[in-house]
Amino acid sequence: MVEPCIVWTAYFSPLVACVLITLFFLRSRNMSSLIAIGGILLSFICTLIVATQIFATRPISTTFQQTPNGLEIAHTWPAHVFQQSLPWIGFDSLVINFGYLVNPLAIMMLLVVTGVGSAIFIYSRGYMADDPGMPRFFAYLSLFAFSMIGIVLADNLIQLFIFWELVGLSSYLLIGFWYQKPSAADAGVKAFMVNRFADFGFLCGIILLWSHSNIGFGRTFDIDQLATIVPHIDPGLLTITALLLFCGIVGKSAQVPLHVWLADAMEGPTPVSALIHAATMVAAGVYLLARIFFIFEPLTIALSVIAWVGGITALMAATLAVAENDIKRILAYSTLSQLGLMVMALGLSGPMQGMYHLTTHAFFKALLFLGAGSVIYALHHEQNIWKMRGLLKSMPVTGWTFLIGTLALCGIFPLSGFWSKDEILALAAQHNFSLYVMASLASILTAFYMGRLFFVAFWGKPAKNSHAHESPAIMTWPLIFLALLSLIGGFIGIPHFLYPGNEHPHLNMRVALVSSVLALLGLAVSFVLYNKKPDADPLEKALGPIYPVLKNKYYFDDIYGWYVNKLQQGMATTTAWVEALFIDRFGVHGVTRTANAAGRIFRLLQTGLVQFYALTFVLGTLLLFLMLVRNL
Amino acid sequence: MIGLGNYLILSGVLFSIGIWGVVTSRNVLKVLLSMELLLAASNLCFVVFSKFNGDYAGQLIVFFVILVAAAEVAVGLAIIVLMYKRLNTIQADELKEMKW
Repeated sequence: MVEPCIVWTAYFSPLVACVLITLFFLRSRNMSSLIAIGGILLSFICTLIVATQIFATRPISTTFQQTPNGLEIAHTWPAHVFQQSLPWIGFDSLVINFGYLVNPLAIMMLLVVTGVGSAIFIYSRGYMADDPGMPRFFAYLSLFAFSMIGIVLADNLIQLFIFWELVGLSSYLLIGFWYQKPSAADAGVKAFMVNRFADFGFLCGIILLWSHSNIGFGRTFDIDQLATIVPHIDPGLLTITALLLFCGIVGKSAQVPLHVWLADAMEGPTPVSALIHAATMVAAGVYLLARIFFIFEPLTIALSVIAWVGGITALMAATLAVAENDIKRILAYSTLSQLGLMVMALGLSGPMQGMYHLTTHAFFKALLFLGAGSVIYALHHEQNIWKMRGLLKSMPVTGWTFLIGTLALCGIFPLSGFWSKDEILALAAQHNFSLYVMASLASILTAFYMGRLFFVAFWGKPAKNSHAHESPAIMTWPLIFLALLSLIGGFIGIPHFLYPGNEHPHLNMRVALVSSVLALLGLAVSFVLYNKKPDADPLEKALGPIYPVLKNKYYFDDIYGWYVNKLQQGMATTTAWVEALFIDRFGVHGVTRTANAAGRIFRLLQTGLVQFYALTFVLGTLLLFLMLVRNL
Repeated sequence: MIGLGNYLILSGVLFSIGIWGVVTSRNVLKVLLSMELLLAASNLCFVVFSKFNGDYAGQLIVFFVILVAAAEVAVGLAIIVLMYKRLNTIQADELKEMKW
């Protein structure tokens, strides 16, 4: 049995930390960071307790509920599902609850959020030590952790949507944390705008689903109830709903064509990139997809759209990373590519595979980002990989853990990335060969650009004038912790925990062999190209005309810019003109002018002569009297 | 024999004189006096109806009217005193500022 109070503690302790910091400790650097770390650690511990409690229970009970119109809905509680729901907002027929729905999927995600989050919080205490805004940073970070936990645990779609937006808000705050920098402020706005755009579709989807959930008990937002209702909804309508819901996922998980915000989001402090834009927030889309997979499951059209969007994202982002020179942006594109793989896995009806990769990816991508942060910290905010040299020697802990992360990301046996990526590739090979080819291409490119990053920045001799040195222990210990997780992530039975009782597919030897060879090939090519530390990127010549296309990110930003500046602005100017000319002149100002003129005329009655007032009063009374008499 | 009609005619005449006084006189004091006439006319009506209907409520109301009239006179005279202090006159048409 799961104790509700423990879940609620896990739910709210980061919020309490955020409130405490904002109210009392905005001046105290030490206290603010300690409170934030305490909040997330408490949440993590509670999550661990809940996880063990879930393991200890194994009831599968089915209850039948008679609905008013005679339909009998079988309410099967799959193993290990716990829910507590409190009424929150109530109108006549619309009741919105505030509750949690704990199942193994949610607990796994929660473990990732709070566990990786704890490591990143601790790391931030070192990374942000010199920043004057550190207390504010920790307040935002705690707010983010709270919102993220809210998404993971929400038991109904409206609650989920609210936390979904809160996550967007805290992401905006954290990307624009260094708001003095115009590029950071712009990046924050861009991320927020793109997400808002996507969330519009998401909200439409939620409302559409709600309005057609009137089977049985009346309309509901409750995820668990929806699962029993969805099979009764018309599939065509459900497809539209599913695609609208997918809109939100495209935005939050940065899939093509709304991927443009993620690379810019790297303007935020590096721990933020690690926590939000690698391990948790961008993974929220994938998580949501897995959480409400029962909606998508029977819809072949929607699923193939999802799979293709994921596949295209995976391949496209991988090509973009090849031409990037900023260490964080390379990792950002790599995140995009991996998210694409996860979405593709879900599109191929493999929520387990997608969530498995999400978990391991959270480990090694957070590790890579924190490693990059350590490098940036040591080099005084230098992010260009061509200005880094031989960091493996000067920063051994960062260097070696970074290598582990790199190998895990490339999918080298026996690191965690190998196992999870292999499952996705095996799934693709089984269902859709063209997607399998795309995913394999993405994998080989991943190995290549990660090799490029590693050999350029970490390999060889350190530069003579470099004074890079290892980061303090508070930053290296989280790295070691995450490196450990990346190492053993494939062996701790994550898939079994995620979907207990499901038959776990065995390792597909052929696919595993091919992907390993491809990954090694990618690494080898990058080694040959970058081993000797060329001064300029040899790719620039080798790729020829393709290189500028990659450099400009397939012109997505330019197309959007053109659309907004030319088309949308033109439309806005036209409508503004129409408004000024017609609506304002005749509508709004017409009314005020009429009232004004009437006022001017009637003002003449106010002569200021008392006698005149008395006379009108008498005449008025007379008039009233006459009217009364006539009516009698 | 003096009937109800005679009383009502007297009351109407008094009322008309009062109205005439309120509307035409420039002197604020005269306006106030004319208003007293109006009240007297209505009081007369009340008393007469009370007498002819055998209902004492009318006479009761007259007491209230007299009471209110006394208060009204007090306020009115105070306003006149203030007006005289400020404008040095009690001519009603000098109160030009009661305009918009």
